[in-house]
Amino acid sequence: MTPPAGFDFHRPADLAEALRLLAADPEAVPIAGGTDLMVALNYRRARPRALLDLTGVADLREWTDEGAAVRIGAGVTYARVAAELGGVLPGLAAAARTVGSPQIRNRATLAGNLATASPAGDGHPPLLATGATVTAASAAGERLMPIGDFFTGPKRSALRPGELITAVTVPKAAGPQQFLKVGTRNAMVIAVCSFALALDTGRRVLGTGIGSAGPVPLRAGEAEAVDLPWEAPDRFGEGLAVEFGRLVAAAARPIDDVRATADYRRHALAVCAARALRRAWAEAHPEGSVRCG
Amino acid sequence: MTDTAGGVGHSPIRPDARSKTDGTFDYASDLRLPGMLWGHTLRSPHPSAAVRSIDTTAALAMPGVAAVLTAADVPGANAYGLITADQPVLAADRVRYQGEPVALIAADTLDLARLAAEAVAVDYETLEPVTDPEAAVAAGEYFRYQPVRLGDPDAQAAAVVIAREYAVGMQDQAPLGPEAGLAEPAPDGGIRLHVATQWLHSDLEQLAPCLDLPPERIHLEMSGIGGAFGAREDLSVQAHMAMLALHCGRPVKMMYDRAESFLGHVHRHPARMRYEHGADEHGRLVYVKARIVLDGGAYASTTDAVVGNAASLAVGPYEVEHVSVDAWGARTNNPPCGAMRGFGGVQTCFAYESQMDALADALGLHPLELRRRNAVAQGSKLITGQTVDARDPRRDRPGGAPFSPLADLLDRLDALPAPAPAPTARPGGSGDTTRGEGVRRGTGYGVGLKNVCYSEGFDDHSTASVELRLEDGERVARVHTAAAEVGQGHWTLQAQIVRTELDVDRVELAPNDTRIGSAGSSSASRQSYMTGGAVRAAAVAVRALAAGRDLADGPVEATRVFRHRATKPMDPVTGQGDSHVQLALCVHRATVDVDVELGLVKVVELACVQDVGKAMNPLALEGQIHGGTAQGLGLALMEALLTDGGRVQNASFTDYLIPTALDMPPMRIELVENADPDAPYGLRGAGEPPTLSSTPAIVAAVRDATGLPLTRVPIRPEHLTTGRLP
Ligand SMILES: Cc1cc2nc3c(=O)[nH]c(=O)nc-3n(C[C@H](O)[C@H](O)[C@H](O)COP(=O)(O)OP(=O)(O)OC[C@H]3O[C@@H](n4cnc5c(N)ncnc54)[C@H](O)[C@@H]3O)c2cc1C
Repeated sequence: MTPPAGFDFHRPADLAEALRLLAADPEAVPIAGGTDLMVALNYRRARPRALLDLTGVADLREWTDEGAAVRIGAGVTYARVAAELGGVLPGLAAAARTVGSPQIRNRATLAGNLATASPAGDGHPPLLATGATVTAASAAGERLMPIGDFFTGPKRSALRPGELITAVTVPKAAGPQQFLKVGTRNAMVIAVCSFALALDTGRRVLGTGIGSAGPVPLRAGEAEAVDLPWEAPDRFGEGLAVEFGRLVAAAARPIDDVRATADYRRHALAVCAARALRRAWAEAHPEGSVRCG
Repeated sequence: MTDTAGGVGHSPIRPDARSKTDGTFDYASDLRLPGMLWGHTLRSPHPSAAVRSIDTTAALAMPGVAAVLTAADVPGANAYGLITADQPVLAADRVRYQGEPVALIAADTLDLARLAAEAVAVDYETLEPVTDPEAAVAAGEYFRYQPVRLGDPDAQAAAVVIAREYAVGMQDQAPLGPEAGLAEPAPDGGIRLHVATQWLHSDLEQLAPCLDLPPERIHLEMSGIGGAFGAREDLSVQAHMAMLALHCGRPVKMMYDRAESFLGHVHRHPARMRYEHGADEHGRLVYVKARIVLDGGAYASTTDAVVGNAASLAVGPYEVEHVSVDAWGARTNNPPCGAMRGFGGVQTCFAYESQMDALADALGLHPLELRRRNAVAQGSKLITGQTVDARDPRRDRPGGAPFSPLADLLDRLDALPAPAPAPTARPGGSGDTTRGEGVRRGTGYGVGLKNVCYSEGFDDHSTASVELRLEDGERVARVHTAAAEVGQGHWTLQAQIVRTELDVDRVELAPNDTRIGSAGSSSASRQSYMTGGAVRAAAVAVRALAAGRDLADGPVEATRVFRHRATKPMDPVTGQGDSHVQLALCVHRATVDVDVELGLVKVVELACVQDVGKAMNPLALEGQIHGGTAQGLGLALMEALLTDGGRVQNASFTDYLIPTALDMPPMRIELVENADPDAPYGLRGAGEPPTLSSTPAIVAAVRDATGLPLTRVPIRPEHLTTGRLP
């Protein structure tokens, strides 16, 4: 890559400086792992005049245990999410393990995935399924956004000019979580579609997230409302799993593209959602005589 | 011949092994010279258009832009091509495919050159592109039509008839190193090119008329190649960077990015094929009829030879007396297609092997048994009338059945143990889509027949020079050829041959360049045979010269040109003729797990038995078999350049998928050495055959798991789930 002439490169050491720089130069483009941005630069889809490198910002590099939730700093890589958060955030960690390759996961951040806001971003479905919160900050202060409000269109988000994502706060798992990603090769592939499920066995709540099958990552509201046999877990039957799959597929708004047809995406979502629910229910009720498949 | 350490039959470590693994290898994209400019190509966004005018004023006015050249600036003939010079160096008044070069820019930086390209105003009048190869053929728009006629297929009665249509997508060679090179103007007005290419001398021959320079003023030197597979046979950056360097009087470097690479080289011909096989009740072939339409795209490239292969190898290594084949290479406004590993043999192999499986299925025969019953043997005739010469002194017993190299390979394949039932990885891979749900296992077989070296009367030759000298009391040899090391390990092999013939330890390799005669292309599985043959001949000559001499008196040197036995053209009406030099066979068994609900495939194991004649370098051979097999896997399951109205839809590694380490399974390989008495050391070309047979084997295994007919490659998940959509 040959950088364009007159290219400014800022490397702030802390968040306050980063926000100050961004306020002074609102056109400066943040760069974290660079795994999306460098591709855009290489293909000249982006020609930023200035880059704001966030990798030196210590405040963004850690995740913290907040009791009921984990606050993931914007600079935390997918490699670390996969390696360190599998116990408390199994759905997100499973998604992290499917992102790109080891080299990509070593650089790519959850916040970068969010800011790109691709409908195919693998981090998004588990964040939707668990009801995560995005923290954005600007020189004017901080604001919190429920994940459901974050995605506004293909590659568009509610992030405002001058704002940085500083953290994503994800409730700890309160039951089994699943993430299934369909791709046409066995690794290093953009999702044809993906599905995340979070079962909260305490509150008896089911969360869902659909990836790569609509203009934005989606929740499947009607599917979340299926009547699960909490009182008699062994009454969970094949019909329920299939019905759940059908409702998830119905919630998707897929298109035909080079990766797959819309019909296939709907079909695959129905299969994945049914499998996810069966697995989660079986995990939640290990003694139950659940029929699987 | 002595058994020298590091000689023929051994597996010495390749000289580029370390630098390619630690990142220090110099690829063509790493070339640089002080004061050099960056070149860039402006390409047509339209598959078909008239060029009304090109305004370069704004681009030329940009500070840092040294030159903007168009067709009017081509110094000589504005046409080049590997077989027919039909492709403009720069489009003059007409563009015929998306990505056709229209103008060239030289600037201080690559970024600036690209910006300047955007500032060139081209006025196009877009035209309706021809994108249907069948329609093109019907309209008489084709590069070659080659029939094969044998016996009288229409008069035959058969117990079973299988008639099906097959389609093969447009595979790309996807070399990891994009096209790159550097051109330096020479003081004599000539030009010196450093370039990653497969055939230096063909480049030179094509360049000279375009640049209007005598060939002796053009010097080419090989640069580090990051994969080729046929993609570097046609010119890419060569003429363009030479034009810019000559015009500017400064060195010019060019380097494509991934998207440009996909548009800037030829691809494997997509194919539509209609096959009809008739067999008797024992499964013996009675007749075969085939109609093969290959899409050559906008320019000729090597379509002529690809059609020849598709036609002559159209039924595979099977005996059949009544044949009718019609093969075309259509001219369309799709991306130009040309050489890719397997070269016309891949497409038909998928079709005829699918047909053999369908016949076996219809007759209730094991797929291997059906193939054994039809396998060519010593003395069999191919459909072109060429006699199969596969004598095996160890096995041809007087009075016994003639030796069948194919039946031998099939028996060996059958004897290889099957993989364990418990999978180590599941379909869907890291996506965790199944933990066993919906998974079914399948097994399938594939047989491939590939010609080695150039066919159809081409004067195929290679040149090598070997020198032997004394250095500090040690005998040291030096080899010089123009043969392209494209990653196949040819450097290693040259050194092995010299070690064996001259019993030396140290062998130096001179840079590959045009100071010596042509080596031909690193393609057609031919370099071990051809340049290997030339190196051996030169080394043997040096041995004889050195015999009566004291090397202390001075070095001994010999240059030799090697030719394989002559071949004949195919008859234009009947296709008959001894068109091939050598035939190579490879057989595969594929074991797959298919998630039949999601249509996702995990290839569990690929077993392969290949007749290599002589295992010159067993390690390198296994590498070739792994690589060729992986490319066949890619074609079976994921690789296709998609076009819509002549426009490429997926010119990136995001959407043109090639197999990863998690897609390619472990392999079980058995090398068979049925020596070819005509070939150096008895070797058989080995780089291409595995690419042929792995695709049909994998598809057959997926059919076995799903019960679906599967007549298209690559198989897409929706092909496997269509009947199951809710
Ligand atoms: C080979 C390859 C494979 C890939 N595979 C996958 C995959 O399987 N799944 C997947 O989901 N993605 C994949 N990606 C895309 C990419 O890796 C992810 O989207 C990644 O999470 C981006 O993170 P990053 O830190 O590298 O972002 P960057 O490239 O640094 O930034 C991406 C965007 O986010 C903005 N940004 C970054 N940080 C912030 C912040 N804190 N606040 C505001 N804006 C910010 C940048 O300005 C830029 O617009 C792949 C990419 C490549 C190159």
